[in-house]
Amino acid sequence: MHVRHLTLKDFRSYPTAELALTPGVTTLVGLNGQGKTNLVEAIGYLATLGSHRVATDQPLVRFGAEQAIVRGAVVRDGRETMVELEITPGRANRARLGRAPVARPRDVLGTVRTVLFAPEDLALVKGDPSERRRFLDELLVQRQPRWSGVRSDYDKIVRQRGALLKSAAPLFRTRGGKRAGRHTPRPGEPPTDEARDAALHTLDVWDSHLATVGAQLLYARLRLLRDLVPDLAQCYDAVSASAANARAVYRSSLHDEVAARIADGDVPEVEQLREAILHTLEQVRDREIERGVCLVGPHRDDLVLSLGELPAKGYASHGESWSFALGLKLAAYRLLRRDLGDDPVLILDDVFAELDVGRRERLGELIADCEQVLITAAVGADVPEQLRESGTTYAVELGHVGAPLPASPPSSPNAVFEVERGGAPVSSLNTREFDSELDEPEPADD
Amino acid sequence: MYEGAVQDLIDELGRLPGVGPKSAQRIAFHLLQADPDDVKRLVEALTEVKQRVRFCQTCGNVAEAEQCRICADARRDRTSICVVEEPKDVVAIERTREFKGRYHVLGGAISPIDGIGPEDLRMTELMSRLASGEVTEIIIATDPNLEGEATASYLARLLRPMGLRVTRLASGLPVGGDLEYADEVTLGRAFEGRRLIDV
Repeated sequence: MHVRHLTLKDFRSYPTAELALTPGVTTLVGLNGQGKTNLVEAIGYLATLGSHRVATDQPLVRFGAEQAIVRGAVVRDGRETMVELEITPGRANRARLGRAPVARPRDVLGTVRTVLFAPEDLALVKGDPSERRRFLDELLVQRQPRWSGVRSDYDKIVRQRGALLKSAAPLFRTRGGKRAGRHTPRPGEPPTDEARDAALHTLDVWDSHLATVGAQLLYARLRLLRDLVPDLAQCYDAVSASAANARAVYRSSLHDEVAARIADGDVPEVEQLREAILHTLEQVRDREIERGVCLVGPHRDDLVLSLGELPAKGYASHGESWSFALGLKLAAYRLLRRDLGDDPVLILDDVFAELDVGRRERLGELIADCEQVLITAAVGADVPEQLRESGTTYAVELGHVGAPLPASPPSSPNAVFEVERGGAPVSSLNTREFDSELDEPEPADD
Repeated sequence: MYEGAVQDLIDELGRLPGVGPKSAQRIAFHLLQADPDDVKRLVEALTEVKQRVRFCQTCGNVAEAEQCRICADARRDRTSICVVEEPKDVVAIERTREFKGRYHVLGGAISPIDGIGPEDLRMTELMSRLASGEVTEIIIATDPNLEGEATASYLARLLRPMGLRVTRLASGLPVGGDLEYADEVTLGRAFEGRRLIDV
């Protein structure tokens, strides 16, 4: 698939923007802080309903505006679909598919599929386990959007169960301690056996919910990882021209022989996983109540990355960590391509500057056959010449995308620009230029 | 900000569920311009509802006497009880005219985040209704969301050892709808709960 056109309104630094895109490689070149990443971030948002840079939506909306709009025209198998998202911080986002509104924004998941690699992804190797879990879960959702629902159900169960553990903790403390919440008796009265029983019975109920939904999520992650690991080793080696044996092993929070099977790369049946979760929950119950935290389940798991015999975290060099993160993303790209019989949009945000010349060239070769690649770079020369020559390069300057740079020969098929708005080349995201054509006039001080 | 009384009214209206600041303002100005008799009727209705309406001592439904209309009705089947979260669920089920038994309103669902545990729901009252042994079936009709399901499993664990028939309302496809518009979870449930066709 490829994105043919992107429209932004009040997104990040852009009051409005229109950007026509073509299959092949598009490079956005500009100094820092000029708005290159904002453009690819918007495309990533269409695919995942989240930004790769920030956890909340507030920074996505241009300062002073109430809501941002991102609209993309996506072409898959020659058919074009329009996706539109209205991002209003503090309220539910709204989405449209074609021209019709959909009931929930997550119904548009799967229309645009992207694999985005950005400097932030270094956290996949160096950061907390939550980064790696998020990588797996987001890939899961891109592969099959229905996991989005399972994931949010699971999060809710963990929150509910966590709240229950917190409020139950004082009931089981022998003396003293802070007493809060409605599960506790009035101050001065010792907790009764009935109150304890009620708390334990309620915990049983949430345990079984956590095990049922958690087992599904765990099973899906394990199957995904099994499909991903062979590509990971290949992609890492291809980028770094080595045979480093890059591996990723799932480390589950289960205390059970099932955990050992999982570490060996085995994928147990959902029912076995459910039993194992329940079994482990039973074992850690006292500790969970004592600490008031949910200690077992997919939300406590990790993905252990290693190069050869050594763990990547702590041992890999900066460059190796980069290559590892890149290997994970390229493997994800291959997996989606294979699975869906269609290329996702590959986005490489500020990646080339961090790689040595050899890795740049090899990455350039690896992605040459992708349907659409969007690259951002502060320095155009960082991007291998063959990529820039085969594609289009735009200069981005203070929220304005200029005319394609001469670096791209007009004879190349990828360098043919879509023409719109009365025949002018789609050159521009310049806000002033389009003021007169907008439905809603922009404030003059823009 | 408006002057005194108008702003007070807007603030009060804004505290109602589903009414935002804009709607509160609109309703307030509608009331300002409305016929005094209309406003008086609204005031009377509000006072009346707080004075006269109570909760049924048996089932927890809204009532105007000690017992609600349904509990007081001798024609209702005394052997089955349908457990729901809110009084409005009773109204929804009553509209079907399918259920001839009586109800029990819990007053919510188990949700530790909101600090609602089983002891905050009318579960003890339900247990004491079962003591006489007259009731043989419990139909659990809590909402089909996480909290509703948790409440249903909690009740089922509690009730099953008592030798009662405990059932849960089925989840599945809406009648008169299109299969293609059903979400995956609902469709998945519908598959789980599929039935033989009687020929």
